[in-house]
Amino acid sequence: MPAPVITATALTKKYKEFTAVDGISFEVAPGESFGLLGPNGAGKSTTMRMVGAVSTRTSGDLSILGFDPDEFGPEIRSQLGVVPQADNLDTELRVRDNLLVYGRYFGLSRAVIAKRADELLDFAQLADRAKAKVDDLSGGMKRRLTIARALINDPRILLLDEPTTGLDPQARHILWDRLFRLKEQGTTLVLTTHYMDEAEQLCDRLVVVDKGQIMAEGAPAALIREHSSREVLEVRFGSERNAEAAEKVEGIGRLELLPDRILIYSEDGDGALAEVVRRGLTPITSLVRRSSLEDVFLRLTGRTLIE
Amino acid sequence: MTSVITTRTRRWGAWYVAEHRLRTMRTYAGTIVATTLGTPILYLFAFGVGLATLVTGNVGPGGTSYLQFVAPALLATAAVTVGAEEYLLGILMGFKWNPIFTGMNSTPLTARQIIDGTAIFIIIRMAIVVVVYYVVMLAFGAVPSPWGLTMIPIGILTGLAFSPLAAFSATIYEDKGQFPVMQRVVVLPLTLFSGTVFPLTQLPIYLQWIGWLSPLWHGSELGRQASYGPTEPLWLTIVHVVYLLVFALGGWALTVHIATKRLNK
Amino acid sequence: MSSVRVNPAGPDAAVKIRGSGSVRALYSGNASAVLGRGLLATRSTNWTIVLTGVFEPIFYLLALGIGLGSYVQNVTDPLGNQIPYAAYIAPALLAVSAMNGAIYDSTWNVFFKMHFGKLYEGMLATRLGPLDVALGEISLALLRGAAYGLAFLVVMQVLGLNLSWSAILALPALVVIAFGFASLGMGITSYLKTFQQMNWISFLLLPMFLLSGTFYPLSVYPQVIQFFVQLLPLWHGVELVRGLTTGALAPVMLLHLLYFAVMIAVGLFFTTRRLRALFLD
Ligand SMILES: Nc1ncnc2c1ncn2[C@@H]1O[C@H](COP(=O)(O)OP(=O)(O)OP(=O)(O)O)[C@@H](O)[C@H]1O
Ligand SMILES: [Mg+2]
Repeated sequence: MPAPVITATALTKKYKEFTAVDGISFEVAPGESFGLLGPNGAGKSTTMRMVGAVSTRTSGDLSILGFDPDEFGPEIRSQLGVVPQADNLDTELRVRDNLLVYGRYFGLSRAVIAKRADELLDFAQLADRAKAKVDDLSGGMKRRLTIARALINDPRILLLDEPTTGLDPQARHILWDRLFRLKEQGTTLVLTTHYMDEAEQLCDRLVVVDKGQIMAEGAPAALIREHSSREVLEVRFGSERNAEAAEKVEGIGRLELLPDRILIYSEDGDGALAEVVRRGLTPITSLVRRSSLEDVFLRLTGRTLIE
Repeated sequence: MTSVITTRTRRWGAWYVAEHRLRTMRTYAGTIVATTLGTPILYLFAFGVGLATLVTGNVGPGGTSYLQFVAPALLATAAVTVGAEEYLLGILMGFKWNPIFTGMNSTPLTARQIIDGTAIFIIIRMAIVVVVYYVVMLAFGAVPSPWGLTMIPIGILTGLAFSPLAAFSATIYEDKGQFPVMQRVVVLPLTLFSGTVFPLTQLPIYLQWIGWLSPLWHGSELGRQASYGPTEPLWLTIVHVVYLLVFALGGWALTVHIATKRLNK
Repeated sequence: MSSVRVNPAGPDAAVKIRGSGSVRALYSGNASAVLGRGLLATRSTNWTIVLTGVFEPIFYLLALGIGLGSYVQNVTDPLGNQIPYAAYIAPALLAVSAMNGAIYDSTWNVFFKMHFGKLYEGMLATRLGPLDVALGEISLALLRGAAYGLAFLVVMQVLGLNLSWSAILALPALVVIAFGFASLGMGITSYLKTFQQMNWISFLLLPMFLLSGTFYPLSVYPQVIQFFVQLLPLWHGVELVRGLTTGALAPVMLLHLLYFAVMIAVGLFFTTRRLRALFLD
């Protein structure tokens, strides 16, 4: 096993009294693609910022590429590419100038930056907008430019905080493809996302975080095996009657009561549906499907659970 | 290889930041050129020529004209105007409205370099404004002594002495109109009661003290010593220099401190 | 009112309502709703700005009236009377502050709301028309301007700088001046797209501020320059207010008022037209 590029041990971040990240530990191997999942406010972005060496940890240990970010911020940041959750492009500059200026901060020569800027504009499909003002771009185009900007220094680790939020399906698939290729070249990826399909596609391994703590860790498939059944039955009775129906279906399998439907976890979805009908209930709609990461997420991040 | 890159950024990072800011300035080239040229001509004409026709008071030693009296103060005021704008709006802009500082902070740059680079940029901006002012003053015949050339660094130093405003800006997270308030309650009195267009001694004592506190008064008086002085004892001239230096350096150090904390929050 | 209402079912009425020149498309008689929102916003967020705005002209008055005043000879007013410099410059500062307040509210403030807050987009998605928005925003600026003007006049009274009873008329005059600047400012702003263009406004205000007979009489200038200065709105404002506070009343003041009436009409026309084009077409 090669030495990990990121090692966090009991990593903690407090804002005054409030603990945003509460003693999490994880390791990321070189070339690995590592995901952080969790509900809003779980502490994902805070963790990303500590890993990005722009937020000082309150306690615990953190090592990025063998450096302690408290002491070697510039050394670490010179090898990172960062896509923050909120774009922070320079809206007073034009599209291509954003890349040029940013490249300078890594001490790259103008010639190198100019060449990479053009390649990256192609990658972000913004070549024809090179001279446009950033403010005139659409939300998704700004996102693509932010991602392109993060690659200007050919980073060893790429930190992506909800990279595809706001992208259209094509752009999303293009980005996935590009991320796969970066990974093949050995770039380490750390990303957060609220799209479970994205996490399943992109991540070799992921952690589910809630309230600043790690709830589970593992490869997507393993997490599904471990925290969910093989199949899920989704039944709807109409918003008014879901709660009442839920009482009657108790015992068939683990239940998840969502505002619009009930999820019943079972190894045999069709069998579960037959049992629901046998108990005298007629759902408006029903669906049997395989378990997904979303089920793991719902289970671990504490919805109303009725076991 | 990467270590070479970090070394380069460590040495030149602040200049990269200044370069970025200058690049941004290009967008505003039109108004900046117009303001840089137009302001000195207008002010020197309005006060040095127009108002001068009404002035009866004694302005300085020998044949010093009212024009020569106001000119050094107007020059210093121009630098202060640039400073106040950059220190208040420029800094908050970078942190908040157009958060380029956060972007810079995820590169190898340090917070200190970001502030230093901004300072370099502001000095360049002030230098341009002050040099143009000086040239226009020469054209108006407002500078009797060759020592008047030192008004250029004096003007820049006076502008830099307003850098505590940058520290103030850097503490703002939510824009609740602190700027207009700061502008009106602090910057405006410091500018108006600073013996620029009339000697400070014309003010009643209960307003004069504001002038003593104002870097602009110290800068204006210093400029006058250079342009047609001396009009005051040497110790007072030294006080002016020290006062300006303390504010310029103190404000800068405080800003670096606050920005570092803010960017690594 | 109801008697003049056209029958909505009639064919003419339908055409009229849809026609782009229809007043109903522009104005729903509810500018006060816009004003109400402005007051609420003022009260809940930026009252310190409003409050400290009072100090601004007073600082100017203290510095220039007292400091500069004791340093400068007396000035002759338009009727040939000698008046102290402080009494000469105070009304000019008053007019300038009315201008500045109105310009700030109608330019930067409006610009931000149009481009960042998207406030007007929201307003015009309701029954409000562009003229409601324009009048509502301008009334807010006027209300604030009048409050500042009153505070300033009181300070002038205390310092003995109001030389005549007619000074009390300076208050309505200020409102007219502010109205002129606000409506023209808003009209121009509605056409501007970038910060750079906004900076030009500030730049153009500077010569007006310095040269409009604010600090010294126009007679200092050669004839040609005098003529150009007399075309500028601030000169008319300064002359009007100065005539009232010093008591040098003259028929020409009606001409100044006419100037502002035209300015108001032109400003409102362009603002309404532009808001309509921007948000309703
Ligand atoms: N600068 C700050 N000061 C105070 N509290 C903060 C700060 N930044 C984040 N927090 C708090 O820390 C918690 C975690 O925030 P964080 O941004 O890391 O969440 P997240 O997991 O990224 O959520 P999301 O999915 O919504 O992006 C939140 O409760 C947030 O309010
Ligand atoms: Mg987040």
